[in-house]
Amino acid sequence: MTQAQLQTEANFEAHGDRPKVTHWREYFGFSTDHKVIGIQYLVTTFIFYLVGGALATAVRTELATPEVDFVSREVYNQLFTVHATVMIFLWIVPAGTGGFGNYLIPLMIGARDMAFPRLNAIAFWMIPPGGILLLSSFLVGAPAAGWTSYPPLSIITDKAGEMIWILSVLILGTSSILGGVNFLVTMWKMRTPGMGLNQMPLFCWAMLATSALILISTPVLAGALILLAFDIVAGTAFFNPTGGGDPIVYQHMFWFYSHPAVYIMILPIFGMISEIISTHSRKPIFGYKAIAYSSIAISFLGLIVWAHHMFTSGTPPWLRMFFMFTTMVIAVPTGIKVFSWLATMWGGKIRLNSAMLFAMGFVSMFVIGGNSGVMVAAVPFDIHVHDTYFIVAHLHYVLFGGSVFGLYSGFYHWFPKMTGRMMNETWGIVHFIMNLVGFNLAFMPMHKLGLMGMNRRIAEYDPKYATLNLICSIGAYILAFSTIPFIVNAAWSWLAGPKAGDNPWQSLTLEWMTTSPPPVENFETDPVLAIGPYDYGTIDDYDSFYRSLISGNGNGAVTADVPFSDPGDPTTSAGPDSTLRAKPDPSVAVHPGDRQDDQGNGSA
Amino acid sequence: MNIPPSISTLLIGIVLTLVSIWYGQNHHLLPSQASEEALLIDNLFNAMMTIGTGLFLLVIGVILFSAIRFRQKAGDRTDGPPVHGNIPLEILWTAIPSVIVLGISIYSFEIYNQIGGLNPMDHHAMAHASEVRSVPGSALAATLEAPPRENLNQQIQEEAIRDPATAAVRNETIPQLKDAPERGVTSGRIGPTPDKVGKLPEYAINVTGLQYAWIFTYPDTGVVSGELHVPVGREIRLDITANDVLHAFWVPEFRLKQDAIPGRQSELRFTPSKPGTYPVICAELCGAYHGAMKTTVIAETPEDFNTWLKSQQVANQEENLKTIALQPTEPSTEDFLAPYVAQMGIPAEAIQQISDPHQSYPMSGHMASLHSAS
Repeated sequence: MTQAQLQTEANFEAHGDRPKVTHWREYFGFSTDHKVIGIQYLVTTFIFYLVGGALATAVRTELATPEVDFVSREVYNQLFTVHATVMIFLWIVPAGTGGFGNYLIPLMIGARDMAFPRLNAIAFWMIPPGGILLLSSFLVGAPAAGWTSYPPLSIITDKAGEMIWILSVLILGTSSILGGVNFLVTMWKMRTPGMGLNQMPLFCWAMLATSALILISTPVLAGALILLAFDIVAGTAFFNPTGGGDPIVYQHMFWFYSHPAVYIMILPIFGMISEIISTHSRKPIFGYKAIAYSSIAISFLGLIVWAHHMFTSGTPPWLRMFFMFTTMVIAVPTGIKVFSWLATMWGGKIRLNSAMLFAMGFVSMFVIGGNSGVMVAAVPFDIHVHDTYFIVAHLHYVLFGGSVFGLYSGFYHWFPKMTGRMMNETWGIVHFIMNLVGFNLAFMPMHKLGLMGMNRRIAEYDPKYATLNLICSIGAYILAFSTIPFIVNAAWSWLAGPKAGDNPWQSLTLEWMTTSPPPVENFETDPVLAIGPYDYGTIDDYDSFYRSLISGNGNGAVTADVPFSDPGDPTTSAGPDSTLRAKPDPSVAVHPGDRQDDQGNGSA
Repeated sequence: MNIPPSISTLLIGIVLTLVSIWYGQNHHLLPSQASEEALLIDNLFNAMMTIGTGLFLLVIGVILFSAIRFRQKAGDRTDGPPVHGNIPLEILWTAIPSVIVLGISIYSFEIYNQIGGLNPMDHHAMAHASEVRSVPGSALAATLEAPPRENLNQQIQEEAIRDPATAAVRNETIPQLKDAPERGVTSGRIGPTPDKVGKLPEYAINVTGLQYAWIFTYPDTGVVSGELHVPVGREIRLDITANDVLHAFWVPEFRLKQDAIPGRQSELRFTPSKPGTYPVICAELCGAYHGAMKTTVIAETPEDFNTWLKSQQVANQEENLKTIALQPTEPSTEDFLAPYVAQMGIPAEAIQQISDPHQSYPMSGHMASLHSAS
């Protein structure tokens, strides 16, 4: 029997027998079921992704030629301002945290729902009005000061649009805070008995770090926006220099949220990628604890790097140096994750399906964004490239090559659980290839454009950049069309795809231990971790293998390929006795070695 | 042929290193270097590019190799080996990136020091007294017996607007932000390079950003220009501020950028090293015509520069005489600036707005007319 079969057998009692049939009307109502809310988030945010994508396509159409010919300069500024706001506040943040977080966290920790189901529904129902409000600003003149809304420009241009922008972001930020509270409490209090913090799936660790960031930083953005609103409508001078205010203070407050926001957008994706790579490589995640704790480290460091967005603002030298160093340090925990993912794939039995392809694409693209991230952290170099297309390239490699590839990977991986049906693999691969090609065509040339001297947020540019910009625009069109195979595939599969079964990927985490889609309260009884969440691995004779762990003989065959490993010593071992492993619940563990070894399961 | 794994790993490592080093030096991604600072900054970029290329190739290589070599065979339902992690390996790939980023940090710090980033207040702290020049006709000078360093932004602004040409283009109604004493200096500067600390820059030029133009004034000469002329091989100091919204002064060939902030004074000190004409770009979103807010910097030999300066002064004096002859009273800002409007490439209305702060916004209408005209 495989590990997945053993885990399923142990959860026979918890397994629901009536998959929930959700009437379509429930998706349009005030449901308190976390699964319905999760899907509401995912579908709503995906629609906003299409809106943001349409805006991006309009931006790239304007930039296909050096002249201002497609839209006016004023409208161009509105397009990129709303594009960024939609993509950040209405797509990546709510899809990663609200969408996947809501759907997966209660299932992964074996809970029946979120801690505060009504709060959860309220948090979701703030998203559509917030989004519609933002888009309605096009009727009165949309905000045109960039998604950063730096004063004094934001105070004097398009006041109505700017106020709508502020109100909309405040609503979306509040929704995000409510979600963050809910996730923290749920994970802290509602894990199934026997699941310690060190046995939580890595997506939960990532959401723990994300929620902490949301709670600490979002209120600061709210404060900044409220003061900015006063400057606009009440004529105060918090940030308005003509009245003695300081525009740089706004930048500090804005980036105190908006840099952590990058991690709010990428950490949940890191968590999802850890699940997906391990499952589809048929190998335990390499260094579970290292990955889990590096999320916390990123979360903490993410709070003390904000001023690297302001190296050319009025920042004193010592501040520049401090923020340069902290920013570079973030590369270390991020590197731990990347190398651990590579080590997970190495020597595994990789299934190259759509989910795994997007996960591998994610790692490849994110490494480019991470590299350019370290480069722009270096103050002397950033002074050259700040506010240029190099930054545009960098941020899209992190947020599109990173977050969006990761979100797609998550869609392909959990779609069978959410709908009970499989997606079509061929169209998934077509989608992946179009994404990869389109994305790199659209954003790779921007590195060179920025270095050569093309600044960002401009509707017209020097004709010598025309060729590269045309390539970027062609890439953007390929990206736009790449959503079609995905939408058709998802819609068709949801209605008429082949049945998925409970656990099509033979995964070990608890969401796969119930029906697809799961029943109303997920599980009949508390599910158990009879096998650790990442205990993949084939051994001919389990029991003798695990017994050998207790006797300290180890298993030379398992660890032979890993350098520095000593099978007998838990601190250096690479096998199941490694201290880095997420262990099963010792009271119900299938394998005798795990049952008796109850060290390191510190439940919090 | 049967190559042992350790040898092939070593070979791959060597090839990877060589490719990275070669690409780090031959990427052709940067424009020409036209300032002494640019060379230093490019060296830093090349070093980071080398490391980045190596890391990227390593990660991509591992992913592609895994996808081919470790792909699950059709019909195989078994799992891979149960490898859960290894602490020495984790330590290794924590330590190596730590050392790399520490190295890049120290290198960046060193470059930053060399381009003068760590000597922010040098010119004003040390050389202030000697710089006080009397400007004929300026009644302001008397009031400038400096209140000791309490508001540095104010001091620099006052010093700048003692030059009547600068005063005419700057928005004096914006209160200057108080600098905190000691460490909390809050305005951005790239100061003198270490070998020039304590010396006066050879040329100080006032830079004013406004929607949507840069105006350069040369103190003591009365020269106002829409193009920046600088002599090659001499250290230049730009005293930068803005009249309305944020702008950013950027010359890609100099690799230098500094935001122009209303109510604050920022500074760039650099030495142009290569004669030529380079773009001056506004890099901070400043409104609808942000993309059109461009001019050029002309780096020329000191002789050419002096010739240019003289010709500007002569033209200037003639214009002034004419103006004074027509209007015996003190000339208004518009009259003063009128002769320069054409050469700055901004519309006459824009000049009126500068001098009339109540009518500063919105400017888009005026600028639209400008654009259709051009």
